[in-house]
Order: sequence, then C-alpha cells, then structure tokens
Amino acid sequence: MNSVIHAEHLSKLYRRGLNADPGLRHALEKFLRSPLESLRRPKQETFWALKDVSLDVREGEVLGLIGRNGAGKTTLLKILSRITKPTTGFAEIHGRVGSLLEVGTGFHPELTGRENTFLSGAILGMSKRDITRKFDEIVAFAELEKFIDTPVKHYSSGMYVRLAFAVAAHLEPEILLVDEVLAVGDINFQKKCLGKMGDVARAGRTVVLVSHQLNQIRRLCHRVVWVDDGQIRQDGPAGDVVSAYESVMARGDSDTGERARTVNTGARFVKWAIVSPDGGDPHTLTSLGAVTVSFTLDVPQPLRNIHHGIALFNHDRQLMWGWATDGVNFHQGENSLTFTFPMLPLRPGPYSWLVSLYQDSKEIDVWECLPEMHVATAALQHQYDSWNGILNIPVDFNVSRQLAPSSGNSTAESKSQ
Amino acid sequence: MASVTSRSSDEPLPNPRLPENAPATVPQNLAAPTAAARPAVITRIAPPRGWFDLRLSELWAYRELLYFFIWRDVKVRYKQTVIGVAWVVIQPLLTMGVFTLFFGRLAKLPSDGLPYPVFYFSALVPWTYFATALQSCTNVVVENQRVITKVYFPRLVLPISPVLSGLVDFAIGFVVLMIVVAFYNFRPTPAILWLPAFLLLALLTALGVGLWMSALNALYRDVRYIVPFLMQFWMFASPVAYPSSLVPQRYRWLYGLNPMAGVIDGFRWAITGHGQPPGPQLLASTAAVLVILVGGLLFFQRMEGAIADRV
Repeated sequence: MNSVIHAEHLSKLYRRGLNADPGLRHALEKFLRSPLESLRRPKQETFWALKDVSLDVREGEVLGLIGRNGAGKTTLLKILSRITKPTTGFAEIHGRVGSLLEVGTGFHPELTGRENTFLSGAILGMSKRDITRKFDEIVAFAELEKFIDTPVKHYSSGMYVRLAFAVAAHLEPEILLVDEVLAVGDINFQKKCLGKMGDVARAGRTVVLVSHQLNQIRRLCHRVVWVDDGQIRQDGPAGDVVSAYESVMARGDSDTGERARTVNTGARFVKWAIVSPDGGDPHTLTSLGAVTVSFTLDVPQPLRNIHHGIALFNHDRQLMWGWATDGVNFHQGENSLTFTFPMLPLRPGPYSWLVSLYQDSKEIDVWECLPEMHVATAALQHQYDSWNGILNIPVDFNVSRQLAPSSGNSTAESKSQ
Repeated sequence: MASVTSRSSDEPLPNPRLPENAPATVPQNLAAPTAAARPAVITRIAPPRGWFDLRLSELWAYRELLYFFIWRDVKVRYKQTVIGVAWVVIQPLLTMGVFTLFFGRLAKLPSDGLPYPVFYFSALVPWTYFATALQSCTNVVVENQRVITKVYFPRLVLPISPVLSGLVDFAIGFVVLMIVVAFYNFRPTPAILWLPAFLLLALLTALGVGLWMSALNALYRDVRYIVPFLMQFWMFASPVAYPSSLVPQRYRWLYGLNPMAGVIDGFRWAITGHGQPPGPQLLASTAAVLVILVGGLLFFQRMEGAIADRV
C-alpha cells in the first residue's frame, strides 16, 4: 500500500495571545530603546500546538482525526494543507491536495452564484476548465438552478451553504483534507453531502477528516487518530479509537473503576462492573444479548427497609431507564446488587449509571457510577445521524407476498370493533 | 530544499505494492485513480528556510487563480454604484479641475509650456493608477485573511492582483487622457512608444512598495493609517502639481530616486512630446524600483509563514 502522506516529527510552535499583538508602536519603541536586542528573537510566551507528530496515511484510506478542542487537529490539517508551516519536522505528500477547512472559502457577497462558483472553485484549486465542465452538476447538486445569477448576498444561509458545499463537493483532488464542515446545512442536505463524501472515499481517494461528530467518524473512517495535547494518543481502527476516546471523555480522564473509600459511617457504593457477558473491559458493553450488571455496596452496619433506586443516563443526560424498589435489607460487609437485563438496546456511546440508597427519605448514598459505561456494540441503525434514535435494536426484516385476505373476514372484524 | 531532498532519501520507503492494494472496504472501482495513472505531484512540507526561497515557478502554476482574483477585483469594484465605471473618469477629471484652478490659475505654477489641463491630467492618470494600486495592495492581505487561513496558494498572488486589476481603470483613464490631449491639438510623436516602459515602471513601483506594505499591514494594522499620509507626501514629492524643472539641478539625482518622478515626467513627455526626455534621472528611478521590488519580494516571502499565523 502506498503511503500518500508521510509526516515525520511535525511540531508547531505558536505564540500565545496572537491577537493581543503589541503593535507597531511597541516594536518601534523596543527598537529605539535597544536596537540590538530587538533584532534578537523576542522572548514571548509560546506553546506547542503540535509536538513531534509522525503519521503515514495510505492511498485510499479515510482517516479521522479526533480530539478535544485545541488538541492540535486543525493545526495538523493546516500544516498538511500548507496553510501554515511546521516549526520543525517535515512531511511529504504524494498527489494533489484539496483542503476544505471552511464552507464558502472565497465567496464574495456582491457576486452572483455563478461567479462565486468559479471564484471559490479556483481558490479551492480547480481549473477553469474543470469548473466549466462540472458547472451544471454543481448547480444541480446545490438545487439552485433558479437563483444562480442572483448575488449571494440575497441568498438565505441555507442556499449559501448549499452552493458552497456543492462547489467543494466537486473538488477532485487525490487527497482531501476536511475540517468539521459537515455540521452545516439542513438535514437533507447533510445527508446528500455525507453521500458525496462516501463517494469520494469509495473512489479510492485519500481523505483526512476532522470531526467532533463521532458517529460520523465511526461510519466514514477506516482508521482514526486521536490527537491529545498536540500529540498522537492513539492510532488504530476507527471503532477502537473512538470508543477509547469516548470513555475517557466521559469520565474526565482519571479513574480506576473503584470509588475512593472515605471515612464513612453509612453504607457506600464502591464499584460497579458488567459481570456477564464476561471478558474484556468490565465497563464496556459489547453484547446485544443478556447483560448482568453488578454494583458493590460496602455496609458497615446491617441496614433494614431501604429504598434503592437505579437510573441510566446517556451522554446528553437524557434518562434512558429508571427503576426503584422499597424494603431492601443489606448485610454487614460487601453486598452485591445484581441486575440482569435481557438486553440493553443502546446505541454506541458513553452512558452513566446512577444508584441511590435512602432510609426514611434520608439519603444514605447516591453514586454517579464511575467509570461510565461504554456501549460498543455494533450500530444497527439508520446510516444518517438524524435518523438515529436512542435505541439500537436488532431487527429481522422480511418482504413476502401477502395473499389477499378474504373480504368476508375483514368486514366482519371491522364491524365487531 | 536540498537538505530536505537528501533527508527524504533515508526515510523508510513504502512497502512494495502488493497485488491486492485496495483495502477491503474499498470496492474495486475502475474509475478510481490508480497509482499508475496518478501524476507524480510531490509536495514537501518543511519549516521556512532562509531568505531566498522565492518559488516563483509556483506562481506560474497558479496563474489561473491570479486571473480569478483580478477578475473578482474588477467585477466587485463598481457593483452597487450608480454610475459605476464613470468614477474612474470623474475622479481624475475633478482633481484636474481643482489643480488647474488653484495651482495653475491662482498660484500660477509653471507647466513647462503645456496647457494646464494637459499638464495635470497626463500626470494624474498614472498617479491615480499608482496610488490606487498601492492602497489596495496594502490592504489585500488583511482583506483576504479568511481565505489565507483556510486554503493554500502562493500568497504572492494577493499583492500582484490589485496591481494588475488597476490597469483596467488605467486603460479607461488613458482613453480620456488621449481625448483631452487631442482636444488641445497634440499629435502623437514617436516618444509615445516609451509609454509602456513608464507604465511598467509605475506598476513595479506600486508592487514593490505594496509588497512591503501588505506584509507589514498584516502584522501591524497601523500601516493602513500610515499609507494615506505617505501617498499625500509622495504626491508632493512627485511632479504631479508642478514641473520637475522647479527642482534645482544639483538635487535632481536625489529627486530621481523617487521612481514616480521618472514615471510622471516620462508620461508627460511621451504623450505631448514636450518636457523632460528620459535621462540619467530615469536610470536612478529604475535602480530604485528594482531595489525596492527585490527587497519587497524577499520580505514578503519571509513573512509569508507569519502572515497565515498572525493575520
């Protein structure tokens, strides 16, 4: 497999507070005070946006870059698209590169849709011939046939985005670098764009994609690189890296799965685990079959007639399920509270359990369980995000020819209702 | 560049291509660009290297983009104005009227024997071109900061485009100038063949100074306030409102270091056949322009990296 992007030890040093530049006056003053010193490199607070990143991307690969805001994903993309130069290190790119860091790059409000198509196309790297050849296709994709000779300042924001994306979608570079641009436009158009992105990937072109929409990354990418604090934290198959990222994001990075024991007179939840199906990470759910979850409760003195509640939340704090029971008795020492579900049909992602104990309406312990439960089952849902529900249910689907019901029966049934 | 090329030779080579070189997830799409059909475009990305990394050949590869920037400038300039391109004519004509009235009739400045309207207009047409080109050149990097931070192209395209798009306005002004000149019964002389040379000199002056100003403006926004003053002083340091014969002979060489002095004297002479023919003063102008231009190119390229990070 050919490596089309080869990066070695890329680092990028930025000066902090670029916007608060002291300005010309400051530069002149400094020069007048100490002409020699000002010629030296100024001492300024700096930070490494990217630290020693080496990366190879093979031909035809669709690589996702994930990580927190400010982790260095965009910096990496900007270096690879030559917008900014690395401070150290080097990269080699084999093939024509198209970068899509913004929708509507180079659009001018006074110009018409037609004029902007040519202008933006040229800025994104298309030749005039290419644009002329694809012009009708672009306009049709944007669904703007009627308005193509109207200045874009009169466009609605939806129209603007559609045209801008249509131009970008018809770029045909060998390597496409894309930064979080799919999060725009209406749902139908997003679907269309995703479809187009898929086409690009299937056509054997190489794509590097930055996105915060992890489901999108999961669906589009073969391989994912997790950038954290300017460095590559994990690099591997999309599902693995996204899952690891999600669980770390969900639990805020440091935990062991056991709750710190503090001096405490009452009962206390100390840990939780998926006990069945067994194997692998006890906090990751990989099965759509029966699941047994166990919570460990440390009880210093026997407890009687307790109210116990349990709830499951998704990442957006949406309540997935809640349940409670009264009159539970606990023994002294460690108690296991075990729940068996025939299945947990949850879409992949991070979830959190909440367990609670009350005695006579007084709280004994409420624990937002750590680490979060990570659901890493196969996604069985609609291919577009907007049609993904909260449930992930395996389904058997059949089409069979139905014999026409005898008319007598059906009329009899409807009459009886 | 040499250091990188040599370094790339000891990098691990990609594995020899296997027969099944498509990942399982990629269907064997026949339309896909195969490795064999792929043109060998190799881009090397490395930290900025020194002062002499001009890459002018790359500029040629992006000539179509340059054309589109010029085209955009011209298209946008007079959109949503009522009288549109007529402004190109009206501005210098009004200035000519004011100059004729105040500098000519009232202050009675000499005009080397030329009628005042011809004397002033033949200077104002190249001067307006120069001043407009330099102004837009100063702002071009800042105005295009969104594009600069989102997509790569040789940044040099930016300052070049306003200098060239200004030629459209110049051409219109020039036609009016020829009408004014013909009205005062001047017949073209062979001197007019020199005109393109003077125009080129004005263009290179605007570009040379514009390169410095656009890069400085990207780093220090103060520049945009300085340039209008600079243009005012520069106009009075050029023979726009007075003939250069007013300048004492022993200071002429110094005066000639102002390239626009050579351009404007040259324009008057080339159009009317009267006045200062090109002489040593023009050589000084040309030399000054080349120094500014080469310096500007190097400075702009040097600042290119900082521009994307700081604009």
